[in-house]
Amino acid sequence: MSAAPQASPTATKISVERLDAWYGATHAVRGVSLEIPDRAVTALIGPSGCGKSTFLRCLNRMHELLPSARAEGRVLLDGEDLLSGEVDPVDLRRRVGMVFQRPNPFPTLSIRDNVIAGFKLNGMRGGRAETVERCLRQAALWDEVKDRLGASPLSLSGGQQQRLCIARALAVEPEVLLMDEPASALDPIATARLEELIHELKERYTIVLVTHNLQQAARTSDQTAFFYMGELAEAGRTEQIFTNPRERRTEDYVTGKFG
Amino acid sequence: MAASLARLPTAAPSPRRSRRAGDRLWSVGLVAAGGAILLVAGLVILVLGRAAAPAFHALGVGRFLAGQDWDPVSGAFGALPFIYGTLVTSAVAILVALPVAVGLSLFLAEMGPPRLRPPVAFAIETLASIPSVIYGLWGLFVLVPWVRTTVEPLLGRLLGWLPLFTGPRIGLGYLSAGLILAVMILPTIAAVTQEVLRSIPPALKEGALALGATRWEMIRIAVLPTARAGILGATLLGLGRALGETMAVTMVIGNAPEIHASLFAAGYSLPAVIANEFAEATSPLHLSALAALALVLLGVTLVLNSAARVLVLLTSRRLGEAS
Repeated sequence: MSAAPQASPTATKISVERLDAWYGATHAVRGVSLEIPDRAVTALIGPSGCGKSTFLRCLNRMHELLPSARAEGRVLLDGEDLLSGEVDPVDLRRRVGMVFQRPNPFPTLSIRDNVIAGFKLNGMRGGRAETVERCLRQAALWDEVKDRLGASPLSLSGGQQQRLCIARALAVEPEVLLMDEPASALDPIATARLEELIHELKERYTIVLVTHNLQQAARTSDQTAFFYMGELAEAGRTEQIFTNPRERRTEDYVTGKFG
Repeated sequence: MAASLARLPTAAPSPRRSRRAGDRLWSVGLVAAGGAILLVAGLVILVLGRAAAPAFHALGVGRFLAGQDWDPVSGAFGALPFIYGTLVTSAVAILVALPVAVGLSLFLAEMGPPRLRPPVAFAIETLASIPSVIYGLWGLFVLVPWVRTTVEPLLGRLLGWLPLFTGPRIGLGYLSAGLILAVMILPTIAAVTQEVLRSIPPALKEGALALGATRWEMIRIAVLPTARAGILGATLLGLGRALGETMAVTMVIGNAPEIHASLFAAGYSLPAVIANEFAEATSPLHLSALAALALVLLGVTLVLNSAARVLVLLTSRRLGEAS
């Protein structure tokens, strides 16, 4: 095994350069630089409050929803700086989709309308029925809901709702999919399905996954970044992080000495 | 563990254990306070019903409710002009107040700078605390002349082809009463709507924004559909208030027991006629007819308030599942 930190030969999709982020007076992300490879899964791990979720939210500027939040540094998506004033966050979020901790389908819309909600917003071309089927198939939900597309999403289980939210995000045809602990509200079986799905999705999408579950990071990701106290402690190939970490803190965390 | 739980006042009472005297006293007091509400409400209905019974007997329920003439001197007692006036003025009030209240609430909850919220919230509360006789005076001196010289000519010119906006422009009438009610129920609707908007899970709004929704699109697909039933409940609460408002309405509605299609015409409302005629009613039938009007008013308000309650309950349960 070589010592090269970036063993994966794929191109870089997002390049983060010295990112700092604050919530009010809290310095949540401290000088983080990280290369996120295209069409691969990057897992962000670390103890609670280590800044990994904040970091994730900076990638599609969802952090701006809190008025007290701000970010400095550079986040280059295909070479374009997201944090510069020229990028419209609304356009950005159409390219960088997001799936949240808890499934959040629109409760008053049908399953079908949930899938194409973003599609409609963006005035995208193409058949709606085909889009619904394609996205639900990609999200591995089609067979379970194809007979009740008009039903309320609240009639689905938590795992199904989460896959519906993924289908909804895919309908906008994003390039990057951010997942903020997507399995934290799911049972083990639904979690296993979700991990399978992540594996399939990385053929087409760049995925950044925040997770508390170390096994999940080890199973699903190609690259792992370990955050500690707002800093990026270590990043590298997932196998290397879990079997041969360079940092003592990383080793202590992945072996369960703290966290 | 079980023993210590049983001693908590919230635990289910166990008949085998003797509860402490303080607990028993407390629970008796609470039951009495709760029961008193039911008792008072029941008594109101009972007393009104007994007072109204002679009128219903003498006139017949159908003839009383559908009768269009109200002339106590000749013994004609028809409730329809008052029912009509009450419903029409309340409808005008809702139509005017609802869009303003929802817009205001959305602005405060979703769009406006947080710094602006306290002063605007204070202004809304102030509106709610102004006594209705003051609204009536303001209506008489400011609103009615303005309606006569500006609003009615404008409406007549633009929408004069509708029977709603025809006839002499006197200022006193359904339109002025509806407008003054709109101002009075605005705080109620706005306050409840804001509560409803605040109860919408932030995750839902984030979900919309993450799809590339603008702020307005987020309101359209995530906020308004979710809040719909709650806003309906807020509207019905405002409607309940509009139906019962007495003083401000009687000062500007014109107090004519007539039915007109035009909003410019003078009319009368249920609470207004009760308040105006009760002290001067001498014949037992007149008194009884007024009590019957009160019963009608109570019925309408009760039905609407119950509907509002059920709707608000339904929304909150739905949101609980979604979050």
